[in-house]
Amino acid sequence: MAKSFRGGVHPDDRKRLTAAKAIEVAPLPEKVVIPTRQHIGAPCTPVVKVGDLVKKGQVIAEAQAFVSSPVHASLSGKVVEIADYPHPVFGFCPSVVIESDGADEWVEGLPLSRDWRALEADALKDIVRQAGIVGMGGATFPTHVKLAPPPEKPIDAFILNGAECEPYLTADHRVMLEATEKVVTGMRIVMKLLGVAKGFIGIEENKPDAIAAMVAATKGTGITVVPLKTKYPQGAEKTLIKVILDREVPSGGLPMDVGAVVQNVGTMVAVADAVVSGLPLVERVATVTGGAIAEPKNLLLRVGTTFAQAVELCGGFAAPPAKLIMGGPMMGMAQCRLDVPVIKGTSGILALSAADVNAGEERSCIRCGRCVDACPMGLVPSMLSILGQRGNFQMAKEEYDLLDCVECGSCVYVCPAKRNIVHYVKYLKAQNAAAAAKK
Amino acid sequence: MSAEAKMEIGQLTVSASPHIRCDESISKIMWTVNATLAPAALFSVYRFGVKALVTMLICIAAAVVTEYLIQKWQNKPVTVNDGSAFLTGLLLAMNIPSTVPWYMPLFGSVVAIAVAKHTMGGLGYNIFNPALVGRAVLLASWPVAMTTWPEMASKVDGVTSATPLGILKLQGYEKLVAVFGDKMEMYKSLFIGTRSGSMGETSALLLIIGGAYLIYRGYINWRVPVFMIGTVGVLTWAFGGHAGLFSGDPVLNMMSGGLILGAFYMATDMVTIPITSNGQVAFAVGAGCLTVLIRLLGGYPEGVCYAILLMNSVTPLIDRWLKPAKFGARR
Ligand code: SF4
Ligand code: SF4
Repeated sequence: MAKSFRGGVHPDDRKRLTAAKAIEVAPLPEKVVIPTRQHIGAPCTPVVKVGDLVKKGQVIAEAQAFVSSPVHASLSGKVVEIADYPHPVFGFCPSVVIESDGADEWVEGLPLSRDWRALEADALKDIVRQAGIVGMGGATFPTHVKLAPPPEKPIDAFILNGAECEPYLTADHRVMLEATEKVVTGMRIVMKLLGVAKGFIGIEENKPDAIAAMVAATKGTGITVVPLKTKYPQGAEKTLIKVILDREVPSGGLPMDVGAVVQNVGTMVAVADAVVSGLPLVERVATVTGGAIAEPKNLLLRVGTTFAQAVELCGGFAAPPAKLIMGGPMMGMAQCRLDVPVIKGTSGILALSAADVNAGEERSCIRCGRCVDACPMGLVPSMLSILGQRGNFQMAKEEYDLLDCVECGSCVYVCPAKRNIVHYVKYLKAQNAAAAAKK
Repeated sequence: MSAEAKMEIGQLTVSASPHIRCDESISKIMWTVNATLAPAALFSVYRFGVKALVTMLICIAAAVVTEYLIQKWQNKPVTVNDGSAFLTGLLLAMNIPSTVPWYMPLFGSVVAIAVAKHTMGGLGYNIFNPALVGRAVLLASWPVAMTTWPEMASKVDGVTSATPLGILKLQGYEKLVAVFGDKMEMYKSLFIGTRSGSMGETSALLLIIGGAYLIYRGYINWRVPVFMIGTVGVLTWAFGGHAGLFSGDPVLNMMSGGLILGAFYMATDMVTIPITSNGQVAFAVGAGCLTVLIRLLGGYPEGVCYAILLMNSVTPLIDRWLKPAKFGARR
């Protein structure tokens, strides 16, 4: 029996557009625009100058803070500009523009070959940090921080999030099929690093081939593959932990409060590459798809490739896109321009046609309760939207658990009145943060 | 800038996630509810004749036109196409006798839409079910006309123009059964709809079929009709007879009056009932209890309308009291 959780929705997953398409390695771009900030946490400062020659894998920006992650050149060539460029998350961000020399050479000493079993936990953690690894599911939280829980929070279970519950996206699915061994190796490295014996891989039932591949690859490793019911947001950390471990992360808490660490599939590949081959994170698999894309694909893209270049590799637009999104359609970020670069957290580039979006006029709430039934966090989303219109964040926080909302979008998806509940939630949270800052 | 950035992309919409929506909409829900009411409505036209059709059309037209005029006057977007005003008109019609003079349905619909719905802010903001407010006002204004029932156009022998519950209240159970011949005949008549009453309280069968479809589509919660009708059944069985406890006739009580119509179509009006499933159960049980209280102890033979309206008024309280179980709350 596949496991599930309370609430959730069943959008058409549209994964058939790319699920059967093998990952294609994108040709070497002529130029990349690499933002110095690709993670949640302290920004990095560039450590190269205009005119410098750099090699692939060379550090081009770093920061001293613990919650931060260095940035590396994703190809070899010449730094031609360091300036503010459009960024898919932060609007604009200081970026290093590198023109390729066509040689695509790794920095001295790379790649190498190491036996991860011979390395101690601290050494492993350091490698993960040096390699610039962040959560590649979209959250971009520095991985070495997530792998260093404080001693008072003992961790006993590691979960690999192979749910990929966002419609359209198939990058994790393809990685599990095509880089199965690397995923398992990355997982075992992280389990050793954390000192946990219990490992789980949660995969939605709509990916039977990935489930089979993972079951075969984990034989004898003590890792359990858990088939999950296909339902959004199955891959949200809290619902995933609930389903797999039957533990509820307390309101306001983190996975480590219930002894769990959750990581994304792509991140495990990055960990394996970093530890075994010494390679920093300079490229990632992203699904380029949506009704407006001529030929949807799964592409292995260099960090710093622009969305425009990626779309071009998929035959351009078949229809005028109504929305351009980084990530999935439920939680991804809408973009206003095509010249933003692929960053470490870009799991997908989604160009939706007007028909895909199915937007409608927002109306007043008719109290149908569909959002209440859909909310995996057990909230009353309709009230959050109404309080959002009134700007009443105190009441939203105190009586309607504003801060428990994970912004999964399930409520908005099902709402017949087309209410932009997540928009109101974000607004209320911002107001709340502003009020807290004033105190 | 590279060639590809010049690709024609037109206008990109930037808004908060999620970026896709299901294809439900308010109009789809409202028109579906209207459609499921159609068989019962047509059946009452067949039973009560053309007069029923005229009354029904007056109700609907008055509701729609009133909403249109109010929205025009308030410079709000006109939303009469969404089917909700139409539904209010149709439900009002189902709740009154077909024989009332034309100005009563007109007045009732204007009150329902103008007062009960739009003084509160329009669809979604009203506390009371507009159609039931319209009916309550009509009953208070013209008590005689509102309780004078038409003869059936295709009359069954021996069925008078009083409603079954009216006969039960004034003349007793034995007389009621005698009117129909025997108990089975009575049940059959109630179920099929060959009896007197408001336009929508005749055919239990057609209303249940319509309601079942709404349950199947997920537009109404099955618990509401089941708990409300069940509560009425249990309580009338226990307290509704004259031969002591558990001598009442639950079947008669469950199938008569506006209970079936009320339980499937008015106690499920999403705007005016609690938002959580548990809250809706509390609402349904409460409405069932009040219905029985009015039927057994009140001055009216029938109590569904007032029972639901009374429960509408405590909906906000129920909503505050019965919230969903929050994920990760300390238990
Ligand atoms: S789904 Fe939309 S209309 Fe229904 S209760 Fe929630 S916010 Fe209101
Ligand atoms: S209220 Fe928040 S957590 Fe609940 S469904 Fe909506 S977005 Fe998801």
